[in-house]
Amino acid sequence: MAIWSPVYECMPRPELAQLQLERLQAAVNRGYKNVAFYHRLFQTTGLAPEDIQAREDLQSIPFTTKTDLRDAYPYGMFGVPLREVVRLHASTGTTGKPTVCGYTHTDLRNWSELVARMLAGGGVTKDDVVQIFFNYGLFTGAFGVHYGAEQIGASVIPASSGATRRQVVLMQDFRTTVLVGNPSYALHLAEVMEEMGVGPASLALRTGIFGGEPWSERMRSEIESRLHLTAFDNYGISEVIGPGVAFECEHKQGLHLNEDHFLAEIVDPETGAPREPGETGELVLTTLTKEALPLLRYRTRDLTSISYEPCPCGRTTARLARIMNRCDDMIIVRGVNIFPSQVEAVLAEVEGVQPQYQIILEREGALDQMEVLVEVSPQAMVDTAAALLSLQREITTRLHAALGLTPKVRLVEARTLERGERSNRVVDRRTI
Amino acid sequence: MLTVTSLVTGYGKVQALRGVSLHVSKGELVALIGANGAGKTTILNAISGLLPVRRGDILLEGRSISRSAPHRIVQQGVVQVPEGRQLFPDMSVRDNLLLGSYRWPQAQKRRALREELDRVLAMFPILGERARQAAGTLSGGEQQMVAIGRALMARPRVLLLDEPSMGLAPMVARQIFDTIRGLCKQGLTILLVEQNARAALRLCDRGYVLETGRVVLEGTPEQLERNREVQRAYLGKGYKEVWE
Repeated sequence: MAIWSPVYECMPRPELAQLQLERLQAAVNRGYKNVAFYHRLFQTTGLAPEDIQAREDLQSIPFTTKTDLRDAYPYGMFGVPLREVVRLHASTGTTGKPTVCGYTHTDLRNWSELVARMLAGGGVTKDDVVQIFFNYGLFTGAFGVHYGAEQIGASVIPASSGATRRQVVLMQDFRTTVLVGNPSYALHLAEVMEEMGVGPASLALRTGIFGGEPWSERMRSEIESRLHLTAFDNYGISEVIGPGVAFECEHKQGLHLNEDHFLAEIVDPETGAPREPGETGELVLTTLTKEALPLLRYRTRDLTSISYEPCPCGRTTARLARIMNRCDDMIIVRGVNIFPSQVEAVLAEVEGVQPQYQIILEREGALDQMEVLVEVSPQAMVDTAAALLSLQREITTRLHAALGLTPKVRLVEARTLERGERSNRVVDRRTI
Repeated sequence: MLTVTSLVTGYGKVQALRGVSLHVSKGELVALIGANGAGKTTILNAISGLLPVRRGDILLEGRSISRSAPHRIVQQGVVQVPEGRQLFPDMSVRDNLLLGSYRWPQAQKRRALREELDRVLAMFPILGERARQAAGTLSGGEQQMVAIGRALMARPRVLLLDEPSMGLAPMVARQIFDTIRGLCKQGLTILLVEQNARAALRLCDRGYVLETGRVVLEGTPEQLERNREVQRAYLGKGYKEVWE
């Protein structure tokens, strides 16, 4: 598969380190000069931009958080006057105000290049027909991928989300070869296709570039077999740029980070102390080239680990482990730390179960109660009551082994649980 | 080829450079643009060993030269064409050129010297005509050619050019820039300091923008030209918008 920018993606690491240092210092100088928030931050910390003499010195700069962005709503952290901002996006505000992202002409060009690298990593070329089912609007996903796909020269269908049956018709008639969007929606597409009697063999699908939410290997296999395509993961985060931060190559051994534009650190989510390569921690990103919304040491709240080992694909850029959890995903039940992805991993090993579940947390008296709703496959639903009971027991036993406590398990019919946002997986009805 | 990391230096109490990092790869033409007093000449003088390095490092092909004596730096192939030419006005053009080779090992002199001189005079035919004239009697453009020619006589691997177009009429400046472009095509590695940002951006492979001793922007000519601050500060565009 072709590498879109071999000069940068395959740069020898000493050269890359020098480039990163130069860009980091320029970004710090600009941030100090142009962004009141960073100017104040430096002054109150007693730091001067020239104190950043090496990459490690980055650690002396305090973190930037989503709260800082929210407090600066809408334009408080922009590094250029508004008249130079040619695009505005906003990330969905699930709690509190949304965060506003701005882009200059140069930011947009860089963004397209980075997304082009991501698509090329999945083998997308100008001969492809790319159907984008991210929602077009304030969300960065759709437009980010759109411009990158056009940069490659592919034929882009801005299908947006929803109207699933029409999406299927588009895939048939327009001979779509590449799908881009949320993995859970891809599964939903597969379900609707089956309802419509459209077999994947009758389509021209070859590749799927999915992201925007964590998704397991089991989910990847399922999407690949139901849609007859090869599915690639990628990582993006709106405040940092949108899609185009890191992406899988054909070897699928981690996500290559676009290190000439983003510096990554892995830190302890509690203390902020740096973690070694290979250790899981919170991903902290510093933008090296962004003009409109530069960020220094932005806490993403995403958990991953980093590796600097060379990849067989030839790229020299560092790789992030696939992101399966957010720091905020963690729930505490009776003092035990639990990640929903642990539940997902258990269910992946059980026959007769769909990868759709919901965790409901309640408190009875002083004790936390955890109930896990699990969707059963349509085939398993017609089993005898005894078979279903045994399935329920198996799930309960496995969950106990994995989590260290025993939740209640309730089997529900296929297609009854809410799809879409992964955050719907956990319903916490406990009040303090 | 040439790497500068977090360079801090200055003049007495004045800190002219506050942590400057840049690099020039082999065969590249890199431009340094910025206003008067930004620190551009200071960087070249630090590289040439004329200023002590207070913090940071300067590497030539991976080896540090930040503590080397200026004549050793010339010997290693890092040669500067200084601001204002700085020729010896009473000496002939020919002698000024020959002086460029003063660091050559003795054994190589004589015939090799003749050949090198012929090469330089072939590049600047007008100097051949004026070879016996006092350098101070030449026009600005011709003097700049002598200055560049003198640097070439030192057989540079890296050429540092400080404001080669300064004080020259536009047409003459264009000739000088054409010469520089030709040198780059021949494979010479060049670091070019220029206040004429437009010309510098047209020539270079990459550029850095310096502001009061700090690098504020780095990128390809297209990226730098597109940057509004560069446009306003150095390319003279956008005044109407500023005043609206």
